[in-house]
Amino acid sequence: MSIKVNRVNKTFGEFVALDDVTVDIPAGSLTALLGPSGGGKSTLLRVIAGLEKPDSGLVEIEGREANHLPVQERGVGFVFQHYAAFKHLTVARNVAFGLEIRKRPKAEIKKRVAELLELVHLENFAHRYPSQLSGGQRQRMALARALAVEPAVLLLDEPFGALDAQVRKELRIWLRKLHEEVHVTTVFVTHDQEEAMEVADSIVVMANGKVEQIGSPDDLYDKPANDFVMSFLGPVTKLGGQLVRPHDLELFTVPEQDTVAATVERVTRLGFEVRVDLNVNGRAGPEGGPDEVWAQVTRGTAEQFALEPGKTVHIRRAPDRLVQPARSA
Amino acid sequence: MALSQDRGPDVGGPLRRRSWSPLASMPRTRRTRVVRGIQYAVFVVLLVAVVLTVDWPTIREGYFNLDKARPLFPEVLTTALKNTLIYTAMGFAFGLVLGLVLALMRLSQVAPYRWLANIYIEFFRGIPLLLWLFFLGYGVPTATGRQLPFSPYSAIVLGLGMPAAAYLAETIRAGIQAVPKGQLEAARSLGMSQPRAMVSIVIPQAFRIIIPPLTNELIVLTKDSSLVAILGVTVGTKELTKFGRDELNTLVNATPLVVAGLCYLLITIPLSLLVRRLEARNARAR
Repeated sequence: MSIKVNRVNKTFGEFVALDDVTVDIPAGSLTALLGPSGGGKSTLLRVIAGLEKPDSGLVEIEGREANHLPVQERGVGFVFQHYAAFKHLTVARNVAFGLEIRKRPKAEIKKRVAELLELVHLENFAHRYPSQLSGGQRQRMALARALAVEPAVLLLDEPFGALDAQVRKELRIWLRKLHEEVHVTTVFVTHDQEEAMEVADSIVVMANGKVEQIGSPDDLYDKPANDFVMSFLGPVTKLGGQLVRPHDLELFTVPEQDTVAATVERVTRLGFEVRVDLNVNGRAGPEGGPDEVWAQVTRGTAEQFALEPGKTVHIRRAPDRLVQPARSA
Repeated sequence: MALSQDRGPDVGGPLRRRSWSPLASMPRTRRTRVVRGIQYAVFVVLLVAVVLTVDWPTIREGYFNLDKARPLFPEVLTTALKNTLIYTAMGFAFGLVLGLVLALMRLSQVAPYRWLANIYIEFFRGIPLLLWLFFLGYGVPTATGRQLPFSPYSAIVLGLGMPAAAYLAETIRAGIQAVPKGQLEAARSLGMSQPRAMVSIVIPQAFRIIIPPLTNELIVLTKDSSLVAILGVTVGTKELTKFGRDELNTLVNATPLVVAGLCYLLITIPLSLLVRRLEARNARAR
């Protein structure tokens, strides 16, 4: 159930939503479309679903050209950010909806709905109405409804976007587990890099309608293709005008090869680790002020160095753990 | 502080110092009481004036004459009120069906359908209902030398229904647009075709949303049905206004018009109360 998107373009008036986008999504994978809002990721998902028509380019689902297939014939399950629950139907009828359209036998529908409600942990809510469910429950119902028709691909548009932080975290882990159970090719849209890293086994980073990079979470984090991907996927700071991950800065008490001297400005606890704000001595920053950089070190290191404001340390990028963009923007 | 005791507690604003009336120098609560007292006094004075100056016997004789009212029954209910209800229902049913078609045309991807619907809607919202009824009742027969088939019902249904369709189309369109786009898209992604999703998912929800404004349209149409009186209908097909007007001539008394008016209120007030309840329920649901 692979998905191929080949050189797809889509504009809304003057706005370029997709700019020559090519993406291959292998069968059975769990892929995140990640990027800032307005970057084109939702449009790409909707183009795959058939909810938007591309201006040019090709969409293939299961090796079959899908450009001219209407939504209902593409074999996709779609989960909307705001659930799109059918308010006038009970939870069970919502889940049964796709099966009823397909005129499956009543007994089969009943059995399948029961299975799905169990899968999404809503077996005790079958006869409630969507308005009687919490946001997280509604989204799980929407997922069961999309899965009921055994779609070739499952598409989720910011599925957890409307939920509060706690429920979001729970549902992420749950989606990961669900994917291990049902193995349907899944693509979900998110603007939350943590969510993408935690859930997906492959991430497509998009910005301004273009694909910036495609790869596994590790690839993207350790080998970002450019400054944008690097700064979107994790914390960054600048040393000598180059992006560097704060945990990839090495601290020394005495000068070493390639180190520069810096003064500690502030030391902040971030749970297990410590954030150290530094000023590089004798160098001006981009706005003419002090050249500021921050490092993330373990508590042990902080204590070992007795870090406190005013202290001078010597810093450099750790040469063995160097994360740096392949091409600097 | 001594000053504020003289002038009330909240002296100090630049406006208050230029005391332009005795009211302005009073404390706020007392001022409110005095203003309300004046309003009641004016009301009582007007009421007394009306009671004293109106010629009650003439009023009773001319407008609320029970002797003149008695012979109106039961025809006013069994014929006139019944016909008003029938004409309104027919016009409304016709208007709803045509209005739905027009609403879908206005939302169509095909531009000429949108244009046609727009022209229709603007035309009927722009011309007076009375003119349209004259046109159907007298204009068409004069021009063609023939009555419309099924006269007078055809003229009544088209006369009330076609303009109503223009107003209803706009209401229905608003209702369809108020249904979240995700509903249609969800139904389609689950295997429904666009037209079927429209018919079984979107339109039912749209109607649920617009029940209060639709009921208001029904009230308006009930009143507009009075204009059918000009179509010169026969004895058995008279509605409330025509009935009242004819009895006014026969009895030389205004009581029949008052009775007809009360009959309209019999229809419109319950509907109006219904709208209020539905709106309150919708507000709660939101």
